[in-house]
Amino acid sequence: MTTAVVVFPGSNCEHDVVYALETLGGSADLVWHRDTDLSGYDSVVLPGGFAHGDYLRTGAIARFSPVMAEVNRLAAAGAPVLGICNGFQVLCEAGLLPGVLLQNRDLKFICRPIHLVVESTDSILTRAAKVGDVLEIPLNSYEGNYTASADEIASIEADGHVPLRYSSSTGTVDEGSNPNGSTNNIAAVSQGNVAGIMPHPERAIEKILGSADGRVLLESFLQSKVATVV
Amino acid sequence: MADTRTVTVNIRRRPSISDPQGATVARALRDLGHEVTGVRINKTIELQVPDGDVEAIRTKVAEMCDKLLANPVMEDYEILISS
Repeated sequence: MTTAVVVFPGSNCEHDVVYALETLGGSADLVWHRDTDLSGYDSVVLPGGFAHGDYLRTGAIARFSPVMAEVNRLAAAGAPVLGICNGFQVLCEAGLLPGVLLQNRDLKFICRPIHLVVESTDSILTRAAKVGDVLEIPLNSYEGNYTASADEIASIEADGHVPLRYSSSTGTVDEGSNPNGSTNNIAAVSQGNVAGIMPHPERAIEKILGSADGRVLLESFLQSKVATVV
Repeated sequence: MADTRTVTVNIRRRPSISDPQGATVARALRDLGHEVTGVRINKTIELQVPDGDVEAIRTKVAEMCDKLLANPVMEDYEILISS
């Protein structure tokens, strides 16, 4: 079974995602955003980039790309669906995840390795990780500031839907370790089989490139695949 | 043009949603010596639509706003139809 990696006009991390999944023993195909048939795929990744130029709002136009009907179908069928960076923004706009990603608190494009602490292993991103693990992964975004209404934040926190938070290198979660102003240092949101993460695990799978800490997140995703979806 | 109508949509972030751009501009204006207690930077979208019943146009444009032009999680919108 194979992961569909969706390519929107303006996506730019799709090859990295395919390379990472294949390096970790999975298989993956690039799928154009106008494709309307994802039968045969058992999981989906929406990769990073600037889908449709980020015009209007990040993800706002991508959510109406023809392929999204199939992404919705697979999500409803229980297939793992992961949005990375811009893909996270698309999932929020599509209503598959709560909240929205605003411009970074300091209005700076952030492109550097940051630290994440694993808070829960009950997610398609972290099931192979351990609570308390600190991971070093690159962040590469201007709109990475996770925000939702107070009610929504309370509900995702109460339901344990935050698998990863921005932290210090020792795992402390505080304002000083919050790179972009995200509410409660939220770096990823996971609800059932759908998850979004702002930093890029696919860019941290080999020591030679600085960190292999992204492996455990993508291995978790691959382990989450279900065989029943067609 | 008699056959089209201009509709202006103002899209504003909810008061509860921070506007870092506005805050930065407010700081810059204060640095220049102006008395400014707050700045919010909003978005204006101008649409040309076929002319017709104003309430029907309003309903259509509201649908566009709900679906695409605004994100109800963080934004409110206001529809102004030219006379």
